Amino acid sequence: MREVAVIGTGMTQFGELWNKSIKDIFVEASQKAIDDAGVDHIDSIYVGAMSSGLFVGQEHLGAVMADYLGMAPVPATRVESACASGGMSFRQAYLDVSSGNSEIVLAGGVEKMNDGADVTAALATAADQEYEVYNGITFPGLYAMIANAHMHEYKTTREQIAAVAVKNHKNGINNPNAQFRNQITLEQVLNSSLVADPLRLLDCSPVTDGAAAVILCSMDVAKKLSKNFVKVIASTQASDTIALYQRKSFTTLNAVTKAADLAYKQTGLKPSDIDFAEVHDCFTIAEIVVFEDLGFCEKGCGGPAVEEGTTSLDGKIPINTSGGLKSKGHPVGATGIAQIIELSEQLTGKAGKRQVKNARIGLAQNMGGSGASCTINILEAV
Amino acid sequence: MSGIIGYGSYLPRYRIKVENIAKEWGADPKAIKRGLQLFEKTVPGLDEDTITISVAAAKNALKRAQIDPKEIGAVYIGSESHPYAVKPSGTILIDALGIGPDVHVASYEFACKAGTEAMFVANSLVKSGEVKYALAIGADTSQGAPGDALEYSASAGGSAFIMGNENVISEILFTNSYTSDTPDFWRREHEFYPRHAGRFTGEPAYFKHVVGAGRLLLEKSGMKPQDFKYAVFHMPNGKFPQAAGKKLGFTKEQLETGWIVPWMGNTYSGSSPTGLSAVLDVADPGDLIFLVSFGSGAGSDGFIFKVTDRIKKVQDKAPKLKDMLDKNKIYLDYGEYAKFREKIILNE
Repeated sequence: MREVAVIGTGMTQFGELWNKSIKDIFVEASQKAIDDAGVDHIDSIYVGAMSSGLFVGQEHLGAVMADYLGMAPVPATRVESACASGGMSFRQAYLDVSSGNSEIVLAGGVEKMNDGADVTAALATAADQEYEVYNGITFPGLYAMIANAHMHEYKTTREQIAAVAVKNHKNGINNPNAQFRNQITLEQVLNSSLVADPLRLLDCSPVTDGAAAVILCSMDVAKKLSKNFVKVIASTQASDTIALYQRKSFTTLNAVTKAADLAYKQTGLKPSDIDFAEVHDCFTIAEIVVFEDLGFCEKGCGGPAVEEGTTSLDGKIPINTSGGLKSKGHPVGATGIAQIIELSEQLTGKAGKRQVKNARIGLAQNMGGSGASCTINILEAV
Repeated sequence: MSGIIGYGSYLPRYRIKVENIAKEWGADPKAIKRGLQLFEKTVPGLDEDTITISVAAAKNALKRAQIDPKEIGAVYIGSESHPYAVKPSGTILIDALGIGPDVHVASYEFACKAGTEAMFVANSLVKSGEVKYALAIGADTSQGAPGDALEYSASAGGSAFIMGNENVISEILFTNSYTSDTPDFWRREHEFYPRHAGRFTGEPAYFKHVVGAGRLLLEKSGMKPQDFKYAVFHMPNGKFPQAAGKKLGFTKEQLETGWIVPWMGNTYSGSSPTGLSAVLDVADPGDLIFLVSFGSGAGSDGFIFKVTDRIKKVQDKAPKLKDMLDKNKIYLDYGEYAKFREKIILNE
């Protein structure tokens, strides 16, 4: 397997992009990434998207985007793994390059969620339709059960969970592409509308339109182009039961622990070697559970870690410096790629006011559903 | 100069509080009050509809205008709840008020701006000399589907304005419109309740058109926000008009008098016209009033009014809006409300 680099990144503003179509935003992000990379061709394209059929009535996104990018007949493939579609798109592109099949690959992600569709119902297709959704559960409900279990088992407090949203908004203020660039207080989170007990509105990531794209290539190509690039040192993936109720524990996400174990083995790194991470905070509780499952602390210490500032921008292990899904926004198919972009910016010293000092190794964790699929990518500064 | 020679409003006595609606749907009334800035809304009685509301409001306008109804040459009712799909609302009204038959009558529809649409055309006809007086009404018994966010706001009421060239109480100095094809809110034939595209009704619809029309009107008139004593904007909830006013540079004090939505609800075509009615009740000679309506679909009408000395002679000749809003209220529970709004339908 060859070594792989990320040599270019591009993303759109995340938010309610009423005047732009799914094609507009994917092409915009891709063109930015291609310009940033300075490449003269692309060998293949991967498009991460969760549910474009339900959101905007458009499937067959690989061909659609290759066409609108003016790149047909380049091979173009849609990758779907619910909210992990973006991360999985990156992993497919990584495998394409590392296997020697392609030299330069575009990995993108996109979702156009604000176009009149029933978003809650579309997102719920990532759960088990027959045994979960049929009985009335939605994703806020599933993560609320995880939160209740975590609070019961580890005495995690409501305030600790809310602190995730406060921290991520604080980071998002300094991300020009973030959907919500405003500071929120603990009180605002705790008093926002109840969505699914104990989760409130400000515990939930928003409904977002957005696209993100990165260019991957072999190290040979990266060195020839002599651009600022970063190295992909691990790309792993795991799965778990689709339904939450089938798991032995609600407070450990097995797909996350498995993908993390594989990534640490691939690299020989320990959790303590990771300088910062972007994790999938679709709901505030998810960040706490994932933080623990990545091995950054013992089970049950995720809540206190946020409260004590361990995961703040100036903490021991900054988490979601981009603002996370909560503040930056969560266009589901684009999220995993946007995480990679944050890693690249941090590792090349381009993160501005949200720059992590001496950042050398960053980890991105992206998951689908209630953690039934997970991909972890570790990038290193060169 | 042409303008308003008489105005009047009507609000039903029935009310329902946000708490009663929220309780039925398991919603948090505190969050709704904070988020939408709505506390209670008017509910039409079982024997009330857009036509009865229009007649009651027009009667009050006639009391202030003190003219012979026979001299009214045009009657326009703007509403999105005309009782008949085919049959004008205005024909019943002219017979009830002794207007016509030498009169031009039409029903207008443009979601929530049908009332100002009627005012716009009525003023134009008077200004051009085509008719001596023209009556324009914005009235609605608005529909909000059970459990929908609109149920907290959709209310009933309306206001009537008689336009003329003599004995004007409020001159219409400038008008404008701002319109585009923006499908944010609609109700198809045979549907009971309107549908809407959630947050799309905000920034790309309401704010784009209200702020767009407002900016153009200020530009057209050469006036600044601080020149005005009062400003009224369409009130789909409590928050939107405040935000639109702020964007245009108006202060809370300028908006306060016409900001009746927290206790009245959204009377759709009767919303900004009734806000204007509340302002005219207390306005002084020389006051300038800025008004921008909004109708989904979407468009806004803008008006600049200048109050004349005559206002003081007519303000007390008919019931005032604040009294209608604050007095004689009968509160309903959700069951009574559902009955009054005919939400309980027998499947026969």
